[in-house]
Amino acid sequence: MDKIIEYQSEIWLSIGQTFVMVGISILAAILVGLPLGTYLYLSRQGNLYENKILFSILDTFVNIVRSFPFLLLVVFLIPFTRYIIGTAIGTMAATVPLSIISIAYYARLVEQSLLDVPKGIIEAAISMGASKAQVIFKFLYVEARSGLIFGLTTATISFISYSTVMGIVGGGGVGDFAIRYGYQRFETELMTFTIIIMIILVQAIQITGTKLSKKLDKRS
Amino acid sequence: MIVLENVEKTFENVKAVYPLSLTIDKGEIHGIVGTSGAGKSTLIRMMNLLERPDNGTVRVGEQLLTSLSDKELRKARQNIGMIFQQFQLILNRTVAENVEMPLELVGMQKKERAKRIEECLRFVGIYDKKDAYPAQLSGGQKQRVAIARALANNPAVLLCDEPTSSLDPKTTTEVLQVLRHINETLGVTIVIVTHEMDVVKSICKHVSIMKDGQLVDSFEIEPQGLNDAEDHYIEDLKRIAVAKSNG
Ligand SMILES: Nc1ncnc2c1ncn2[C@@H]1O[C@H](COP(=O)(O)OP(=O)(O)O)[C@@H](O)[C@H]1O
Ligand SMILES: [Mg+2]
Repeated sequence: MDKIIEYQSEIWLSIGQTFVMVGISILAAILVGLPLGTYLYLSRQGNLYENKILFSILDTFVNIVRSFPFLLLVVFLIPFTRYIIGTAIGTMAATVPLSIISIAYYARLVEQSLLDVPKGIIEAAISMGASKAQVIFKFLYVEARSGLIFGLTTATISFISYSTVMGIVGGGGVGDFAIRYGYQRFETELMTFTIIIMIILVQAIQITGTKLSKKLDKRS
Repeated sequence: MIVLENVEKTFENVKAVYPLSLTIDKGEIHGIVGTSGAGKSTLIRMMNLLERPDNGTVRVGEQLLTSLSDKELRKARQNIGMIFQQFQLILNRTVAENVEMPLELVGMQKKERAKRIEECLRFVGIYDKKDAYPAQLSGGQKQRVAIARALANNPAVLLCDEPTSSLDPKTTTEVLQVLRHINETLGVTIVIVTHEMDVVKSICKHVSIMKDGQLVDSFEIEPQGLNDAEDHYIEDLKRIAVAKSNG
């Protein structure tokens, strides 16, 4: 316990850093990943905004980002990060590669959730005279909502996992704390403590996400 | 009411509908029968341009659908209800919210919507289920909700693609009664695509028969002669068989 109290300000700081990194990743996932995933779905052959070329480009982009070993992606993006944030080091800098992977990751999950919506619903929407925007917001998202929430839950947990290695660019966070203080300084107590924090965090997110997505799912 | 002129449709290599013309009169219940793959669904889906014909024109009421802009077409579709074999209800919305959808799409005020929802649900006899979700309903109840939804904006035409094909015989009869009631009391022109001869026999005034993408016959059924349609159908099949065997 002594160690934990001794390092409490560092622990709080690292928890704060994790929240910033994961929080911005979630925002990026929702603000960019959701539209991107929706467009991937819509531009697919036979769908509302069919566009073979744009679909292939975006599909390939998502695949490339997702197949990169994450640490390499971080390093590879350093010039871009520096351009956007002004520096490649620190928590804010870490949010850039995290956001990129988050967008690609969630876009794919969004696409999958939308593909699960029966085509017939969209036809019913069109037969009612719905515009494309209405089809998306009043039909597609409504029917896919539990999948979208569940996907965001899964994605958030992955973002936490990705955020743990951001110590490499000075991003800090709980994972970095566990490695630097707990592992490298042989403070087993600190390491155990931070790992328990992580487990509780992940569990809480998973349980909340699963519950919410179940509650919103009236399909059966 | 509905005039198809020389419409045709090909999917990749499959000719679903060969050029054909068909007129459906105002206020009638028109059946389109044929075996699976005959092109019935493609034909009825051309009547609201869910499927755009490769050639030919589609007129519904005063409007030439095939020449409308996207926006005008959306508006025209609000005057053409459609129901499907698989109901296609929004499963995450309640019964009332499903019927509300087309009203929302036309921008009706909330208060008016509530009134209209009640009217429509009462009309199809399912008002007591207004707060249920579709998953909690039987097939027949789901189709009633779909009918109520299709009627919400007071369409002049109701298109039905195999509306009873996933229902048992008893429920089929009930749903057909609802359709007849709609036709008789609201004067809605109804088109029913089906592979079930019984459906045609029980409510259609006019029948068209399709086979291999072609319209092989189209005729009125006498009110008394319920078996006329079947006789016609059998004769047609014979005629086609003879024609084929003759080369
Ligand atoms: N979207 C489509 N893509 C390719 N082929 C299709 C499509 N829709 C229908 N077809 C084909 O067109 C033919 C007629 O289909 P359809 O109109 O559904 O017949 P029916 O409703 O009478 O069973 C069938 O051979 C079917 O496989
Ligand atoms: Mg069909």
